[in-house]
Amino acid sequence: MTFVPSGYYNPDKPMEGRITDIGPRYYADFLPPVIKKNKGKWLYHEILEPGVLMHKAESGDEVYTVRCGSPRLLSVETIREICDIADKHCDGYVRFTTRNNIEFMVDSKDKLEALKEDLTSRKHPGGSYKFPIGGTGAGLTNIVHTQGWIHCHTPATDASATVKVVMDELFEEFQKMELPAKLRISMACCLNMCGAVHCSDIAILGYHRKPPIIDHEWLDNLCEIPLAVAACPTGAIRPTKTKITTESGEEKEVKTVAIKQERCMFCGNCYTMCPSLPLADKEGDGLVIMAGGKISNRISQPKFSKVVVAFIPNEPPRWPTLAKVMRKLVETYAKHARKYERFGDWAERIGWERFFELCELEFTHHLIDDFRDPAYYTWRQTTQFKF
Amino acid sequence: MPKHETPMVDQLESGPWPSFVSEIKRQSEARHQKAKEMEEAGKPYQIPVDVCDDLLGVLEMSFKDGTTHWKHGGIVGVFGYGGGVIGRYCDQPEMFPGVAHFHTMRVNQPAGKYYTTEYLRQICDLWDFRGSGLTNMHGSTGDIVLLGTRTEQLEEIFGTLTHEMDQDLGGSGSNLRTPACCLGESRCEFACYDTQELCYQLTMEYQDELHRPAFPYKFKFKFDGCPNGCVASIARSDMSFIGTWRDEIRIDQEAVAAYIGGELKPNAGAHASRDWGPFDIQKEVIDLCPSQCMRLEDGKLIIDNKECVRCMHCINTMPRALRIGNDRGLSILVGAKAPILDGAQMGSLLVPFIKAEPPYDEIKEIIENIWDWWMEEGKNRERLGELIKRQGFQKLLEVTGIKPVPQHVQEPRHNPYIFWKEEEVPGGWQRDIKEFRKLHQR
Repeated sequence: MTFVPSGYYNPDKPMEGRITDIGPRYYADFLPPVIKKNKGKWLYHEILEPGVLMHKAESGDEVYTVRCGSPRLLSVETIREICDIADKHCDGYVRFTTRNNIEFMVDSKDKLEALKEDLTSRKHPGGSYKFPIGGTGAGLTNIVHTQGWIHCHTPATDASATVKVVMDELFEEFQKMELPAKLRISMACCLNMCGAVHCSDIAILGYHRKPPIIDHEWLDNLCEIPLAVAACPTGAIRPTKTKITTESGEEKEVKTVAIKQERCMFCGNCYTMCPSLPLADKEGDGLVIMAGGKISNRISQPKFSKVVVAFIPNEPPRWPTLAKVMRKLVETYAKHARKYERFGDWAERIGWERFFELCELEFTHHLIDDFRDPAYYTWRQTTQFKF
Repeated sequence: MPKHETPMVDQLESGPWPSFVSEIKRQSEARHQKAKEMEEAGKPYQIPVDVCDDLLGVLEMSFKDGTTHWKHGGIVGVFGYGGGVIGRYCDQPEMFPGVAHFHTMRVNQPAGKYYTTEYLRQICDLWDFRGSGLTNMHGSTGDIVLLGTRTEQLEEIFGTLTHEMDQDLGGSGSNLRTPACCLGESRCEFACYDTQELCYQLTMEYQDELHRPAFPYKFKFKFDGCPNGCVASIARSDMSFIGTWRDEIRIDQEAVAAYIGGELKPNAGAHASRDWGPFDIQKEVIDLCPSQCMRLEDGKLIIDNKECVRCMHCINTMPRALRIGNDRGLSILVGAKAPILDGAQMGSLLVPFIKAEPPYDEIKEIIENIWDWWMEEGKNRERLGELIKRQGFQKLLEVTGIKPVPQHVQEPRHNPYIFWKEEEVPGGWQRDIKEFRKLHQR
C-alpha cells in the first residue's frame, strides 16, 4: 500500500491552505428542475400504487416518484448503480428519505413504467431485490436502524441482520397498503438509541441483562473513576480498592470500582464512560420489543412505545423468535384495528389487557414500570378494566 | 475462495429484502477486481484491499459468540475539529487486519437529501480510493456515513472533501449534531415553512458549535414541515421546529363534494390495497377530529377553525379539498431525547407560534438563550430535557423571556407546592418575630 497524499494536508503546517466551517452543499443546487421550479407551490399528491407517488403543482406540472427500500448499508458499487439509473431515467437526480428509502423522480407519467421495470429487474446474486418498490401509505416502510455488530462498541445485538430478517418476514406489507394506518418499525441495538426508536409503532431494541464485568487491573488506567461512578443513573457504582494478581503474576492493590449488582438496570452508560466495564454477553444480551408509540400529531398525540416483550434471545443469523413475534404483532393489528388507527391507538382502545390476550403475549412483572416517578402514572388507578 | 468462511452471515443473502451482506460482498469483489486497475491509474487503494472480507469475518465471529468486536473509539479526528469522525478499532486486529482501524466519517448531508449523480459519484470515487467503499445512506442523525477508514487517511479525505467538493463534515460528540429536515416545500403541499432553508441557514450560522464540542452533551435540531412529523423531531431533537399555521384551513367545497361522491380517492390512495368500503366523511373525518370542530351542513364542510388543533387528519384524508392555512410559521418544542440517562422525553412546547422568515433572528435568539443557560447550568452529559426537568419549566421560560401561556401545559399542576418568589408576595419575606409575638404568645 503506497500512501498517496491528497496534496491538501501538510502535517508540519496543518493550517496551511486549510478550508474549514463551510458546512454542507447548498440543497438548492441538487434539486431536480421540476422540483426547483415548483418548490412551495405544490397542490396535492396521490399514491398511484404502492411505492409510486404523484405530486401536482399549481403550475400544472407533475412529478412522479418511485420509492425503493434499501439496506441503508450501501456499497459505492451500488451507489454508482443508483447513479446509472438516475442518469438513465431521472436526468441525473435522486434523493433519499429519512427512513433510508431511495426515491427516483421523473417529470412525466410516460417515463414511469420503464423506470419501475428497470428497478424491479435488478437483484443481488444471492436473490434479494436491490430496489424493491413500496413503503408508502397505510403499509410498512423501511425500518430505521443503527450499526450493531457492523460497527459499534456498545450493541447488545446486531442491527442490519435483525432488520433484514424482519423485512424479509413482512416484505408483503412493504409492497402493499392494506394495514389500518402506516406502520413504523424502528430498530436500535442498545439503550443509547442512536435511532431514537422510543416513539415507534413497534420498536426492536437491543438490551443487556448482565451487570458489567470489572477489569480491575486496567480500570484505573483506562477510565476516570469519578466519571464511571457519576455515569450510573441508579447510583450502583462506588469507588473502592481491591487486591489483585496481575496478568504477570504480581500481587498489588489497585483503585477500582464496586458495583451493587441488584441495582443495575443494564443501561450500559458506565461502559460508555469506561471501557473496563464491559456488559456484552452471549446469554445475557438480546432484544426487547416496544410497541404503540407514534410521532405524528394526527388524530391522537405523539406517544412513547411501551415494553410488550421483555426478552427475545439473540438467535443469529435469522432470529426466528423475533420474526415470529413481529409477524404475530402485525397480523393481529391488521386484523383488529379500525381504519386510521395506529398501533398504539388500537391497543389503547381495546385496552392493554386485551392486547396481550389477542397477541398471545405473556404478561410478566418485567412489564410493570418501576423506574422513578413516571412509573406511578402507568399503574391502574381505576376500577375500569376488562376481564 | 472467500478469505473467511462465513456460513451464518451468508444466510442473510437470501430473502426478498435488499441484503446488506450482498452489499459487503459486492464491494469486496469489486475491490479485488479493480485493485490492479486502481494501481495503474496511480490511485492504489489506501486501506487494505480485503477490508470488506475482514468485516464479514468479524460479523461471523459476532454471530458465533453473540457479542460485538469493536472497541471504544479513542481520540481520532481532523485538526481543529472535535467531531465528525468516530474512531473505531477491532478487538481482534491480528485475525482481521483489514479492519484493525475502521473509523467512520460523518459527511454533512444536503438538506432534504436530494443529490446530483455527479456529486454522488465524486463521493464514491473518494471513498473507493481512501476508505472501505461501504457507506450508510444515511446515519440516524442524517449524515452521509462513510464506514471504515484508517487514521492516516482522515486528513486526506477531509482535504479532498473541502477543496474539491466544497463539502464539510457533520457533528459528533458533545456538540451540535448535524441538523436534519424533512423535504418540506420542495415536494410537499403540507409544508408550513421552508424546512430546507431554515436547516441550511442554522447549520451555517452554527458551524463553530457543530465542529468544536463546547456543550455539556449532544444537541440536536430537527425540522418538520408540519405536524405529521416525518423526521420525528418531536421525539429525538433537543429543539424541534414543527411547521403550523394560525388561520383557516383552506376549503375547496367542490372537491369535498367529490370526495363524498366517491369521484376522488380518499387519503390520496394511501389505503388502496384493501377494500374498506365507500368513503364516509362523517365516520372517517368528522367523527375522528380530536377537537370535534367540524360538521357537514347542506353538503358543505364547516370547520370551526378557532377550535382546530391542526392534527392534519382531515387534510391528510382529503388533500385535494383541504389545505393548510396561509398564516404559516412554526412551533418550537424542546427537550426530546432517547432514554439514556434519565428516561425518554418527548419535546415540550415552548413557542406556540413564530414566523420562519430569513434571517431568522428571533429563532436564533431563542436558541442562543437556551444554549447560554444549558452551558452554564448543565452537568456533564446532561441533555437539555433533563436540565429542564431538574430546574423546572419556569426556569426555561425565564431564560428565554417567554411569557407563560396555557398552551405550555396539558393541564395545570396537581399540587399547590408553588415556589413563589419574594417579589411576588406583598410586603416581601423579611418579617420581625417581635412584631409577630405581640399578637401570638410563645
